[in-house]
Amino acid sequence: MFQITALAVVLLTLAAYAMGRSRAYSVTSGELAGLHSLPGYHGFYSALVTFIVGFFVLVTMTVLAGLWVDNSVWGALPEDAKKLSLLRQDRLIADAKAIANGQIVSSAADARAEEIRQELSRLYSNQVSFSNYAIIAITAALSLLALLVTNRQIVPRFRARNRSEWIVQGLLLISATLAILTTIGIVLSLIGETLRFFSEIPLLAFLFGTHWSPLSGVFEGKLNPDSVGAIPLFAGTLLITFVAMLVAVPIGLLAAIYLSDYASNATRAWAKPLLELLAGIPTVVYGFFAAITVAPLIRGTGESIGLSVASESALAAGMVMGIMIIPFISSLSDDVINSVPQSLRDGSYGLGATKAETITKVVLPAALPGIVSAVLLGVSRAIGETMIVVMAAGQGANLTWNPLEAVTTVTVQIVALITGDTEADTAAGPAFALGFTLFCVTLIFNIIALRIVQKYRQKYD
Amino acid sequence: MTDVTASSMPAASVHKTDEAHRRLRRRYRAELGLKLAGALAILLATLALVSLLWTVFGNAYGSIQKTYIKLPVNLDRDVLELPNSELDSDKIRGGNFTGVVRASLREAIPNAKGRTARRALYKLTSDGAALSLRQQAMEDPALIGTTQSVELLASDDVDLWIKGYVDRLEQLPVSGQATPQVVDDKVRVIVESNSFQPIVTTIKSALGETAKRFRAQAAAEMRGVRVFERRLANANSEVEKTRLQGELEGYRQRAANLEKQAQSFEDRATAVGGTETLNETLPSFFVRIDGGVIKIESASANAIEGTAILPLANTATAKAGSWELFQIAIAEEGRRISDVQAIWLNKLKNEGRIIRKANWDFLQDSNSREAEIAGVWGAIVGSFWTMLVTFFLAFPIGVMAAIYLEEFAPKNAITDFIEVNINNLAAVPSIVFGLLGLAVFVSFFGVPRSTALAGGIVLALMTLPTIIIAARAAIKAVPPSIRQAALGVGASKVQTVTHHVLPLAMPGILTGTIIGMAQALGETAPLLMIGMFAFIREIPSGITEPATALPVQIYQWSDFPEQLFEMKTAAAIVVLLIFLVIMNAIAIVLRKRFERRW
Repeated sequence: MFQITALAVVLLTLAAYAMGRSRAYSVTSGELAGLHSLPGYHGFYSALVTFIVGFFVLVTMTVLAGLWVDNSVWGALPEDAKKLSLLRQDRLIADAKAIANGQIVSSAADARAEEIRQELSRLYSNQVSFSNYAIIAITAALSLLALLVTNRQIVPRFRARNRSEWIVQGLLLISATLAILTTIGIVLSLIGETLRFFSEIPLLAFLFGTHWSPLSGVFEGKLNPDSVGAIPLFAGTLLITFVAMLVAVPIGLLAAIYLSDYASNATRAWAKPLLELLAGIPTVVYGFFAAITVAPLIRGTGESIGLSVASESALAAGMVMGIMIIPFISSLSDDVINSVPQSLRDGSYGLGATKAETITKVVLPAALPGIVSAVLLGVSRAIGETMIVVMAAGQGANLTWNPLEAVTTVTVQIVALITGDTEADTAAGPAFALGFTLFCVTLIFNIIALRIVQKYRQKYD
Repeated sequence: MTDVTASSMPAASVHKTDEAHRRLRRRYRAELGLKLAGALAILLATLALVSLLWTVFGNAYGSIQKTYIKLPVNLDRDVLELPNSELDSDKIRGGNFTGVVRASLREAIPNAKGRTARRALYKLTSDGAALSLRQQAMEDPALIGTTQSVELLASDDVDLWIKGYVDRLEQLPVSGQATPQVVDDKVRVIVESNSFQPIVTTIKSALGETAKRFRAQAAAEMRGVRVFERRLANANSEVEKTRLQGELEGYRQRAANLEKQAQSFEDRATAVGGTETLNETLPSFFVRIDGGVIKIESASANAIEGTAILPLANTATAKAGSWELFQIAIAEEGRRISDVQAIWLNKLKNEGRIIRKANWDFLQDSNSREAEIAGVWGAIVGSFWTMLVTFFLAFPIGVMAAIYLEEFAPKNAITDFIEVNINNLAAVPSIVFGLLGLAVFVSFFGVPRSTALAGGIVLALMTLPTIIIAARAAIKAVPPSIRQAALGVGASKVQTVTHHVLPLAMPGILTGTIIGMAQALGETAPLLMIGMFAFIREIPSGITEPATALPVQIYQWSDFPEQLFEMKTAAAIVVLLIFLVIMNAIAIVLRKRFERRW
């Protein structure tokens, strides 16, 4: 239905262009110089207004209709069904919708449930077909109205070009503000569930509790405050991040130094694309690499020297994550090392310093703020990285500093909660609380890093 | 002479003391050290990349070919349980094609009798064999009632066995002539030489190991004995003493028992000659003689006894060279192909019935829980729809936002705020975008779950900052003179941008967009959040149908325990990498050919 309506809007838009253009020709009776705007702009203006009206009405009506249908189906639940648990009610309604859509559903719990299901599905399909007709009728009517009104407006002195340009600029502005809307959307969507979660669980129990198994023994969506302590997750995330930075920072930084000051052009020609290649590999591939090659390798090496290594050790996940972050650190540090003015190096060489001395005593201190911000961005990336740890780190919350043991991270737990088979409403609370924490922490790291970069730029620009 | 002084003197003139020379050497060492450290860093990064690609391509290699068993299949109406009337494809769909496949397997290995043997036999082919046979019959109903030579898809275990990933039959050297005798339901083979010594040796060394294990357990019990002896010595009440005495006796007895067993194993292990038995924890041995194959159950140096997996044609004495001894080094309990199956497969192979073909089906099949018939086409189509949505949302919006910020935005707090937001969004973890999609689009706006539409919207939001930043850079690179010229001849600002700036910036914008799309194509975590993790067999035909995406399927497969899935995961990664390479190559070509430097 949506597609048909959208098609209708597009057709009306095309019609608006053609009609506007031809009307612009006809109102001047062939005297084109009398028009303020070219005929094409008259058509464009009419089409623009028609399309915006049609599209806006279509999207709003579709969303509203969905909410309305949902609301009325929930409202139509018989009294005895409302006494059931929320989960059962949800199941009933989902089944009713599936029946209405002609899908196969599992058999009902009892005869009464089947009766309710059938009744609701009739109501649902009635409502859906009604709202579909309403949407197509109202959308078509309003875009047609827009078409006719704008068409009427066309007279020789009508400033169609200026008006359409205003509209275009408005659209540009709206596109740009989408970035703000996305941020607001993230914050609001995370905050909503997070607040609901913290209305049941004290904030301190979450932030400082040391036991994490949020869904064990959960009954009727009631979480146990003693088992949602996120400290093991934070510790695990930090441990893996620490290992990753231990790999990424030295290698990335040294690679950047080597490429900017030592490497011949030939070496640079293959080494730079190679690092870029490392950056372009999807994280799910790194996860596969960690799980198939690195983890068994570390386990084998550890066991051959008599250490007991978990098969999902933090070391394996951290090392592979470090490899993933190498190109990130190296390209950012490369930028800042290159932006250190040549005069500083020349001064150092003039005093008789060797290349290494110039780099370690002059270039690196001058580039330090930039390197620090690169490291911070790298840390923020490591904290938020998901697939490598989902595939190579552990699931069980384990509070330890030993990198040879399995630990779990914030992102692993979010994935486990959301993709697990627990009822969505219960799992959403802890998952969104973790997501919100993740967002805040990475945001702080990013802001600090960007600040440092800005300050540093001002110094040398 | 002057040359010599010139080359040796100046150093001496600047660095006069030994101390100075040492300092200089230290400085040069430090110089070399940094250089080597840098080179080492590059080397390590290269090594990481190479081993990553090695892992992927090495594993993917295993799934390049697919194994088939070519057998005559009689599409008999009775076996198919089809009526004798006119057949349409709907009726054929209900036919018992599994039964037909099983019948032809029984015919190929006629001596597989009994439930266990039959079950092992039926496991040689995949469920996919019957399905593809049904497909063929539905397309051509005339096949029903005829006998066709059909390539039946082998199961994943058979596939790996044939490719040699598990273990293989290896031939051991033998000499002398061998005489088989049938004793009850067993077969005995006696040879002139000590050809069976390796078997006895294997068993004896295993016995030695067992003896060691028992000794260790006995030693553990003896520790208990010592502990209780000490306690007994310190005990002061009579009751206590009796109790401890009882416990002590228990330990002593167990220790003695274990010691005795250990001794008996050791005796067997060290004894020369004698007959020893094999079991499923030891390697398997087979004798091929007189057209049959015997699985060895007990052996001495010059005689074996066992059951015939393939029956012997006669019991004639076989000359040296006309009988063979085989071994499978991995114990039967440690592999998924049993001894019987291995011998059957060997027979089929010798008959030329095992065929390996390039696995093009991998690109055409959709997802499945059976490793041998799982393919990536469904995931590729799902990724295509997702990317389509992402492109049509992110590209126009991103370009428009970039135009606004570069060309129209006034320098004020709001503009600054927008810029800060875009920069921050570029660094927000992708999983957070997934949560946003779940809460806002799926739950609130009612976008259908696990569809390309939902996934595309989320990935579009994620890609937007990349596209905006790239598009801004491209627009900024267009020199102001172009704009001034356009404005000078009377173009409006919008006309200047759309007619002049945008066309010139387009190659750069497209390059950035393709790179952003390549990132989005490999993104997994946000798609997991909006439910694209569901197991979907159907190939999606639109953006509002349940779909999965290539990286999500890679993640899903990597979780499955079958070894063949590991290889298929790698193969799916190769497909993903190929797409990424193509996209990046297009981006590079665009940049090289169309980007102008002013």
